[in-house]
Amino acid sequence: MNPLVIEAAAEVRALVLTGYGLNCEAETCAALQTIGARVTARHVADAIADADALAGHQLVVFIGGFSFGDHIASGRVFANRLRYRMGERLLRHVDDGGLVLGICNGFQTIVKLGLLPGLEPGLKPRVSLVMNDRLGYWDAWVRLAVDRDSPCVFTRDLPPTIELPSRHGEGKLVFEEGPLRQVLEDRHLVPVRYADEAGAATERWPDNPDGSPGGIAGLCDPSGRVFGLMPHPEAYMYPENHPHWIAQREAGTLPEHGLGLHLLAGGVRAIASR
Amino acid sequence: MRKLRFSQPKARLTAEWSCAKQGPVAQRPAEHPRETVPELCTYRLEIAVRPDLSDALATATGAQLAGLRPTGLRTRKVYLLDLDIGPAEAERVLAALTDPVAEVGAVGALADDFGAPAGAAGDPWLLTIGFRPGVTDSVGTSVKRAAEDCLGRPLRGHVYTATTYVFWGLEAAQAERAARELHNPLIERATLERSPRPHAFAVPRAGGAHDAVVATVALRAADDATLMRISTQGMLALSLTEMRAIQRHFAGLGRDPTDAELECLAQTWSEHCKHKIFAAPIEYTDPAGRTRTIERGLFRTYIRGATEAVAAARATADGEAPFLVSVFHDNAGVVRFSDADHLVYKVETHNSPSALDPYGGAMTGIVGVNRDSLGTGLGADLLTNVWGYCFGEPDFNGQLPPGLMHPRKIREGVHRGVIDGGNQSGIPYSRGWELFDARYAGKPLVYCGTVAVMPVTSAGRPTANKVVRAGDVVVMLGGRIGKDGIHGATFSSVELDESSPVQAVQIGDPITQKMVADFLAEARALGLYSGLTDNGAGGLSSSIGEMAQFTGGADIDLALAPLKYPGLMPWEVLISEAQERMTLAVPKDRLEALLELARRREVEATPLGEFTSGGRLRATWAGKPVLDLELEFLHEGTPRVPLRARWSPPARPESAAAAVAAVLGEPRLAAAPGSIGQDLLDMLSRPNMASNEHLARRYDHEVKGLSVVKPWVGARQDVPSTATVMRARHLRPEGVVLAEGVHPHYGDLDADAMARACVDEAVRRALCAGARIDRLAALDNFCWPDPVQSEKTPDGEHKLAQLVRCCEGLRAACEAFGVPLISGKDSMKNDAHLGGVKISIPPTLLVSVIGQMPDVRRALDLAPIAADDLVFVLGPTGRHLGGSELARQRGLTLPGVPTTDLAAAAARYAAFAAARDAGLIRSAHVAGRGGLAVALAHMTLAGELGVEAAVTEGLLRQVPEDMPLTPAEFLFSESTGRIVLTCKPAAAAELTARLGPHGLQALGQVAAPGQDGGGWLRVRRGEQVLIDVTAAALRERFRPAAVHGPPAPLPARAQEVRR
Repeated sequence: MNPLVIEAAAEVRALVLTGYGLNCEAETCAALQTIGARVTARHVADAIADADALAGHQLVVFIGGFSFGDHIASGRVFANRLRYRMGERLLRHVDDGGLVLGICNGFQTIVKLGLLPGLEPGLKPRVSLVMNDRLGYWDAWVRLAVDRDSPCVFTRDLPPTIELPSRHGEGKLVFEEGPLRQVLEDRHLVPVRYADEAGAATERWPDNPDGSPGGIAGLCDPSGRVFGLMPHPEAYMYPENHPHWIAQREAGTLPEHGLGLHLLAGGVRAIASR
Repeated sequence: MRKLRFSQPKARLTAEWSCAKQGPVAQRPAEHPRETVPELCTYRLEIAVRPDLSDALATATGAQLAGLRPTGLRTRKVYLLDLDIGPAEAERVLAALTDPVAEVGAVGALADDFGAPAGAAGDPWLLTIGFRPGVTDSVGTSVKRAAEDCLGRPLRGHVYTATTYVFWGLEAAQAERAARELHNPLIERATLERSPRPHAFAVPRAGGAHDAVVATVALRAADDATLMRISTQGMLALSLTEMRAIQRHFAGLGRDPTDAELECLAQTWSEHCKHKIFAAPIEYTDPAGRTRTIERGLFRTYIRGATEAVAAARATADGEAPFLVSVFHDNAGVVRFSDADHLVYKVETHNSPSALDPYGGAMTGIVGVNRDSLGTGLGADLLTNVWGYCFGEPDFNGQLPPGLMHPRKIREGVHRGVIDGGNQSGIPYSRGWELFDARYAGKPLVYCGTVAVMPVTSAGRPTANKVVRAGDVVVMLGGRIGKDGIHGATFSSVELDESSPVQAVQIGDPITQKMVADFLAEARALGLYSGLTDNGAGGLSSSIGEMAQFTGGADIDLALAPLKYPGLMPWEVLISEAQERMTLAVPKDRLEALLELARRREVEATPLGEFTSGGRLRATWAGKPVLDLELEFLHEGTPRVPLRARWSPPARPESAAAAVAAVLGEPRLAAAPGSIGQDLLDMLSRPNMASNEHLARRYDHEVKGLSVVKPWVGARQDVPSTATVMRARHLRPEGVVLAEGVHPHYGDLDADAMARACVDEAVRRALCAGARIDRLAALDNFCWPDPVQSEKTPDGEHKLAQLVRCCEGLRAACEAFGVPLISGKDSMKNDAHLGGVKISIPPTLLVSVIGQMPDVRRALDLAPIAADDLVFVLGPTGRHLGGSELARQRGLTLPGVPTTDLAAAAARYAAFAAARDAGLIRSAHVAGRGGLAVALAHMTLAGELGVEAAVTEGLLRQVPEDMPLTPAEFLFSESTGRIVLTCKPAAAAELTARLGPHGLQALGQVAAPGQDGGGWLRVRRGEQVLIDVTAAALRERFRPAAVHGPPAPLPARAQEVRR
């Protein structure tokens, strides 16, 4: 893996949207700072009210949490509000080469907004994230298999598998009727899948906590710059976040940083290197 | 007497529903003519999962209704829009709410048999479950918000939500059973219809157009019987002595109190708020028959006494800044942590509401205790939650008294409530435990706690201090006021019986509170307020009454308070415990900025009046007097009534020697080698010992990204950790260590021993994980059966004596370990009187310890690290099987409750902590409930390595000289003060030199995994095998779900399944 702290990252400006029940702002900001990016955390209401809120930011992060309580359905109320008040600006941000990362509730939100899968211009929801097959919230670390052939800029430097905490109640991906799943898979727009101990994609609980078909844990758009996933890379920020860190310490294998940072670093590096 | 009419008409409890194709109701029934609600129309929206996709809620519901086998089951979300919108707008709202990929919706109703699964035949039953009028419906609030976003304008009215379950292939009686199983009639309404259903349904509008009346209560003329009738019928929970004191006070004023004044006094003087039992002088006859008087009461003598003694000893011991920042007087305790932050900690109980509505009651518990930490000083940032529950036996199959829910149902509801409340608040959990005993069937104990981090300064001020000044504005923040939670404080101060008030139950709205918490963090940093406290028990009467003490008074107008629905009396507005509310003191020159920020953050903030210095709490309704009380009388007027305590324990016949020998004796081993292993396996599957991971993983463990030693540890992350560790702030190394001790079964033998054991275990756990020994603080939570002698409680004197002994033990242990008590809570009426049966909980003390680490990277857990490491036990094992898990498992009544040699333990722990900090120890765990056998089992599961232990004669020997222990006694004794640890072979000599004098003894060795690649545990005495089990076998009993398939899904309503 490439080094984590990226020198040119100081030129990278990231916008982290907060408020309305979102709750991962502190770790997301700290993780991006650790990599070296400049981070602004702003309340969604202020970002909506400020027509220039996205200007100058190459990365917009939709963080985890319970936007509006996830009432009705996860991300639904937030996605609607974005569609009515910020949708055009977000599309322009992506069209102008900007990156968007959605984590957990952020993934649910940009999927329901229609920013993903992003096969055609505009905001068009063609997939959704629904209740886990085993109803209810579930918190456990998962293993993800990474598709090295995906255009996703966030995941391209990751090792073949990575472990991250997963915690959600609505992470099962469903598709519109028709051949969409095949299209997404053929174009390698599934950068990460839940994997079993051998590293193979799985639909079996608990390795796959939500029953997502093909173990799909995240999606990107064809440009690779818009990416969303259910597990939480920002919550594997310190080596001590890993469930086996004490064993790793005693064995002398404890990494210097939490490996989830590498996923965020992929996005930052893509910006810094262009 | 004044009469004011609310502007809205008499609310209706019924309205027509729209039909699928007809749009909104065209013509309203005559009883609510259009002109009174000109613009509100009612629409029913129904949304279902796309028929070709699986319906997870239906699957889980089917599992919950085991035994009923419908041929088909699907669910629908139902939204009743009662809004000022037209039919085309309703269609647009439907489109905004429906998932275009995964759902199908209709204005009106979907066809009854929509989505019928293959194999479903015949006309379905449609069961619709929604809230009763007035019950908090936070999803409804969000739907209204979504409708406003969609239509681009603010809307009037409400949205009500429900879930429809469509069953195919059920008989009428079965459908009715499903309805009973799926709803709690206290808060929900169920409508069961056979297809084709009539399209007429009720909108659960709440409130009415009652006159806003302030009544006067004729107290002066009342005789004693009348006084008591007023107290009982009004749910005031005031004693005759207290009623007389109020009577005397108003006689002196020459008038009678208003209803609001009497209610305000009842809330403020309630046991819940005033802790009268802990304040009362007690004449105490101890076990030796000596009688003395505890003049200053239990709290001052033992609780604050312990803390003052510890603080005094500490002040002389180190020259650093005081460890205690704020204790006892605020909503939570505050201690020094780092140069930048203090730590805040509070643990609460929410027992009575959880008995009636486990989901709502427990959720209110977690969001309520979050508000406690949020409202400490000038506010704090919430870090992590803890929970612990005591329930009746989950597999109880006898006859429950009428009015009690089955413990299993209570357990499920409590978990769901705290899961939803905590997860949606964005706060991970750290500690979680459950205990089961038949005596908790009457009232479950629901402990919830919150750790918060408080910046040492904010906006240039010390954050720990409130600085309210006269003239500051009283601002109510957050949720609106309804009838929910009225009489919560007084309700929890009496036993549970058939007349318990249903409105005492509340449902939290965690997302509203999360927005309040985010708002407060911003406003605090900007210095926009000078003080705050939460609205918990007693509502505004308590929060404003308490804050008024800073300035010496407050003046408020209750008519300004925003209401959920019309029709509340002024006294109800004053004491409602509707959730998610904080009361702020705001300097006048900051008010506009505060209100502006609140508007931008969509948090409701309402000025109600101002703090004054006149020594009076005054409330008006639109200018007309409602309440006028002297603060002095309100807070200090409670008569202190001396109580009597006498140690007179009931007879406790011990088991016959032969029965004991059959379990603990030597001959058994010869007859059945390895039979101790069988006892261990059986023990691990008992409710008190078995894993509850299938429930615990429904709670967030990881949000905030600060976890270090998680609630579940080990190779497979399925062993409960000894203590948890987390960072307190990002990019800093300092850590918070949490642990607890709870041993009600020792209290059955001796409450003093229980208290010592609780403090000891909590301290020992925290030290195992790496806590600094000189930065520990503790919280005490007492849950007791009524300890006041009366006709209903003939053994009250003994129960109070148990409380005295518990306090003595608590103080002794805190002083010995140098651990101050920084906050606490007592809940003193945990009895249920139902259908002529009285169920009282066993006296239960919970001690929660909060520790600190300078660097989390040095933390330890319980998992053995590597083969060849050595296993030691630190601390002697005695014959302590009284109140033990083994005694309960084998149905024995045994003597020998673990007493704790506090001085020896304190010295042992200091030596242990020093050896640990010197890097000599690789893993550490406590021997607690279930003794060494269970500790070794946990280590085996966590390490997935072999553990080979040898029980030597030295380990069995007793000092002072007594009969040596049998191996069974040694392995299952619950002697306190013991740590099982591992070290590298090379460290053994130095470790022995350091800890040998404190009772370090070799126990065995870590070994390579077994042939199955997993861990194993073998315990021998010489050649005799005592235990020989694999980790797989242990796991099968400890965590049957891992072997026998998935855990049963938690039943849940659609609106509770989040993210």
